[in-house]
Amino acid sequence: MKIMTCPLNGPRNISEFVYGGQVKAMPNSQNVSDADWAHYVFYEKNDVGVVLEWWMHSPSSYWFIAERHNATDEIIRTYPADELFKQRVDFVPDEGAS
Amino acid sequence: MPLGLLKYGLSQDFPFEKDPDLPLPTDLKRQYDVVIIGGGGHGVATAYYLAKYHGITNVAVLEKGYLGGGNTARNTAVIRSNYLTPEGVKFYSESVKLYENLSNEFNFNIMYSRRGQLTLAHTDATVCAFRQRAEVNKHFGGRTELIDPTDIAQLVPTLNLNPANLPVLAGLWHKDGATARHDAVAWGYARGATQRGVELHQLTEVTDVLVSNGRVTGVKTTRGGIDAGVVIQAVAGHSALLAQKAGFPLPIVAYPLQAMVTLPVKPFLTPLVSSSALHCYIQQTSRGEMVIGGGSDPYPLYNSRASLPLKENLISSAVEMFPFLSEMRLLRQWAGITDMTSDYSPIMGLSPLENYYIDAGWGTWGFKATPICGKTMAELVATGGKVPELIQPFELARFDRFKQVNEMGATAASH
Repeated sequence: MKIMTCPLNGPRNISEFVYGGQVKAMPNSQNVSDADWAHYVFYEKNDVGVVLEWWMHSPSSYWFIAERHNATDEIIRTYPADELFKQRVDFVPDEGAS
Repeated sequence: MPLGLLKYGLSQDFPFEKDPDLPLPTDLKRQYDVVIIGGGGHGVATAYYLAKYHGITNVAVLEKGYLGGGNTARNTAVIRSNYLTPEGVKFYSESVKLYENLSNEFNFNIMYSRRGQLTLAHTDATVCAFRQRAEVNKHFGGRTELIDPTDIAQLVPTLNLNPANLPVLAGLWHKDGATARHDAVAWGYARGATQRGVELHQLTEVTDVLVSNGRVTGVKTTRGGIDAGVVIQAVAGHSALLAQKAGFPLPIVAYPLQAMVTLPVKPFLTPLVSSSALHCYIQQTSRGEMVIGGGSDPYPLYNSRASLPLKENLISSAVEMFPFLSEMRLLRQWAGITDMTSDYSPIMGLSPLENYYIDAGWGTWGFKATPICGKTMAELVATGGKVPELIQPFELARFDRFKQVNEMGATAASH
């Protein structure tokens, strides 16, 4: 059984967790080029090494961040998202959108 | 025959030494017109069609391990074309047609066996999706129809029609569905290619791709450097890593996919059976073993390790579908690394480099595409970079233009 440590619930079976994709910095949707937006949406860091990922503990719906090695599957560290996101991120709707 | 067998048994030297399927290893040359990185099915098929149809024989296939030892050996050998998108159906139908005649073409038995493939629907939404797939498939000349549970029970009497309390509502019956011996496909192509002058270099790993002014000039290998006119990469599972050596990223994420096989038993299951809700597919090989495969792992990993929870899941689904499988013993299990793209379609054709072509993003649909992939990639090289119509929708640049080919007929896709 592979164990992941949830920052809220402690060590749990990894089958209780859901993978939520890599942590990526979102470009400003107001002035980003199509190519840069495509890159943000479709490309991930895919060389061998430590990756920064979103994970969710499914029974408690708690989202957090994990540092994991994508070849050895070693989970190096898990921590609450507020370590990375210190302030509220506001998503401004596009002007053209109704 | 018995006399021939006796002579064979008493013979001093084995016949294969006089007439080997593959030539003995040679030294690397300094220069090749075409260098193909990856000696799996796709790589050697490309070399074969280059030599056979285009007369290009100054070709080296570089393989870090052994011939067909990567994902060519790890797939579950399903051949089918009942996909969802017109682009996908046209492409895979051509592949199925090529497969049908491959043993004759090679004069080498690939054990092609047309069985028909049955995919089970357990929800109304899946029945709708299957109806669409059947119509798209028929439109492009495939033989696919929707059948009801009575027909399914006749076709596969051993199947449980209420697996895991998910009643089977209908089935997508694809008569062109088939299987073949995957190693033999790689060996058949490699034999045909090397007989025509192509060099296959096993245990030769490419460590770097040399680029200057937007062109590839050659590759560095563990056995020395090579100058190359054109380079093709066909390294399923490691496509993104190799592309990085060439200096550009690929929109690919690598996930492991686990499968297993039981001890052989007498033939009882003709069609390939797959459940859309249980994410489990089962077939009996020509040797009698039951091959059991499923969806990819739940998170990305560059590692072909196995995990017990996934194996347990897969076995429980298989036993739900065919309850008597619980009496059988597993022979072996394994995993392969699948290059998943966000639209479940491959990435083929041109790259940001002028003379470097990509054959990647083969997720869970690579084996069935081997012949048509080799044929179209060879055409691409022979015409100096003119992309064949059949693979134009699969270009790398589609991601930048938001023109994905949304292939929800892929096994890994949820229906």
